[in-house]
Amino acid sequence: MREDRIADIIAAHSHREGALLPILNDVQAAFGCVDEDAVRAVAAALNLSRAEVHGVVSFYHDYKAKADPRPVLKLCRAEACQARGVEALAAGAEKAAGGRVHIETVYCLGLCSVGPAAMTNGDVHARLDAARLGALIEAL
Amino acid sequence: MRIRISDDAAARACGADAVAEAFAKAGHAPERVSSWGMHWLEPLVEVDGVGYGPATPDRAGDILAGNADDLCIGSIADHPFIRGQQRLTFARFGRTRPLSLEDYAATGGWKGLERARALGPDGTIAEVLASGLRGRGGAGFPAGIKWRTVADARAARKFIVCNADEGDSGTFADRMVMEGDPFMLIEGMAIAGLAVGADKAYVYIRSEYPHAVAKMEVAARLAAPMIAPFEVEIRVGAGAYVCGEETSLLNSIEGKRGEVRAKPPLPAHEGLFGCPTVINNVLTLAAVPFVLAEGAKAYADYGMGRSRGTMPVQLAGNIKYGGLYETAFGITLGELVNEIGGGTASGRPVRAVQVGGPLGAYIPRTQFDLPFDYEAFAAADGLIGHGGIVVFDDSVDMARQARFAMQFCAAESCGKCTPCRIGAVRGVETIDRILAGGRRMGTLETLPQIHNAPRRARSAEDEIALLRDLCETMKFGSLCALGGFTPYPVLSALNHFPEDFVVESAQGNAA
Repeated sequence: MREDRIADIIAAHSHREGALLPILNDVQAAFGCVDEDAVRAVAAALNLSRAEVHGVVSFYHDYKAKADPRPVLKLCRAEACQARGVEALAAGAEKAAGGRVHIETVYCLGLCSVGPAAMTNGDVHARLDAARLGALIEAL
Repeated sequence: MRIRISDDAAARACGADAVAEAFAKAGHAPERVSSWGMHWLEPLVEVDGVGYGPATPDRAGDILAGNADDLCIGSIADHPFIRGQQRLTFARFGRTRPLSLEDYAATGGWKGLERARALGPDGTIAEVLASGLRGRGGAGFPAGIKWRTVADARAARKFIVCNADEGDSGTFADRMVMEGDPFMLIEGMAIAGLAVGADKAYVYIRSEYPHAVAKMEVAARLAAPMIAPFEVEIRVGAGAYVCGEETSLLNSIEGKRGEVRAKPPLPAHEGLFGCPTVINNVLTLAAVPFVLAEGAKAYADYGMGRSRGTMPVQLAGNIKYGGLYETAFGITLGELVNEIGGGTASGRPVRAVQVGGPLGAYIPRTQFDLPFDYEAFAAADGLIGHGGIVVFDDSVDMARQARFAMQFCAAESCGKCTPCRIGAVRGVETIDRILAGGRRMGTLETLPQIHNAPRRARSAEDEIALLRDLCETMKFGSLCALGGFTPYPVLSALNHFPEDFVVESAQGNAA
């Protein structure tokens, strides 16, 4: 079942030149991680060594070795959001999340004129204050 | 009644979808258009040319009934923020539906490509050269020279690569182009392909921009018949800032670790898959349709010195009127921050402005007369970069910002060269020791980690000298701009705001 899904993903991209990232992006999206088994399957299909694929997987921040089932809130903590006070919100966000929601730091969502900003499930949220951020975490 | 609401990510993040829904419930069908760039007014509702913002869903009824004078800004096109601009690249913004081929063609779309086809490769390159267009991604290299080099290269295959890995904090113009006017970018790539003899373009978009990815994928499909046999393929990154560096980006498309390549060979000779490659930023390629449609002179007439044309300036951070402001080169930093941007959003005095992303210098108010121009900024030890301006008020701690710059470099370094990989880590440690008052017994214990146990005492002044030395090494020894430019924010913070690096308890000499 899982193997079939990976095989489908590989088949969907293997005609592309430089197919590795598109494949890994889809594997990460499908399973929430790119684990050892996935690395093995992708390496075999693309005729790469496992070390090569592992090297790529470990290089990029988006790929996780283990799936985290918790909902994710991506909080932008780059300079523009810092200038609008995100650092003062971050500790409160961690507290509100309480281990139930994973607060992930990202550097820049491109919402620098309306920060502090965050992303949940692909939705973007701007002009956050403690109350709005708390409500976002609560709703996840 | 014609109602328009933006579907740009900045508008949506401020609640534009809910506002549009409220109008739909009231029996109207608002057009979802690109953003005017007046982000402080988002969600901005346009009713027959008149703007209301920032709107909320519960005010939809008031706006329709004419009871929303408190939100009304009058005619949007006549708003001072819009009237003051010189919009060449962003001319369509606020006016057209991003994925409408009809809207695009009706506003002069494809005219540049038509003219390029008539001029042929040599004529097209001559036009780009004459326009003075320089790469808008940061380095400012003349686009025409890069194109000429690739056109002259003999190879079976050539590529166009669009760098849409806009990772700099304070910049969002690329994102707005992809979400708001994707056909303009596609037209620019098609013109580049025609000029150099490439039949395929890759657009490498960062994964933090899902809305831009979605728009570009649809736009590439819709535009395919207009640009054939030229082809555009979208590639999505995986969260690595260094992939904005052109050679890292090429490695990433090829399916490798995003490590930088040593130059030479230049990508123009040996780029993607070893083939000659034009790699340009989104804003560079997006400026091309105007240059071809209206002629090189029409573009070059804007600007100052060797900085020709316009720059989409992004006003961000703690600023009252944040958003996108396109203007000719030569406007001063002070005008941008204080007059157009209205100063800080918090109402406190501006203390520092970071221009050009996380690798750009922090500029104090005393240098606000600096004109926006590549050479002028370089002379002042700064860089324009991608045109992002991040404003900080007087509550900012500049030592903390300097530390963040080093920490960011350490986190995002690709690891290929030592000055960047190790230098950035040592930079964080050195700044920590400066802030602890030097390397002495009794101070190091206060650090969260013991940074190099003291065999020999060093004062905070010694540590500052060490930091400067380290910055020199990074600046001249790094392979790419990540390690090479990180010293800009660090040294500018140190030079312009030395008071933030002094610790009260560090008075007197070390034991």
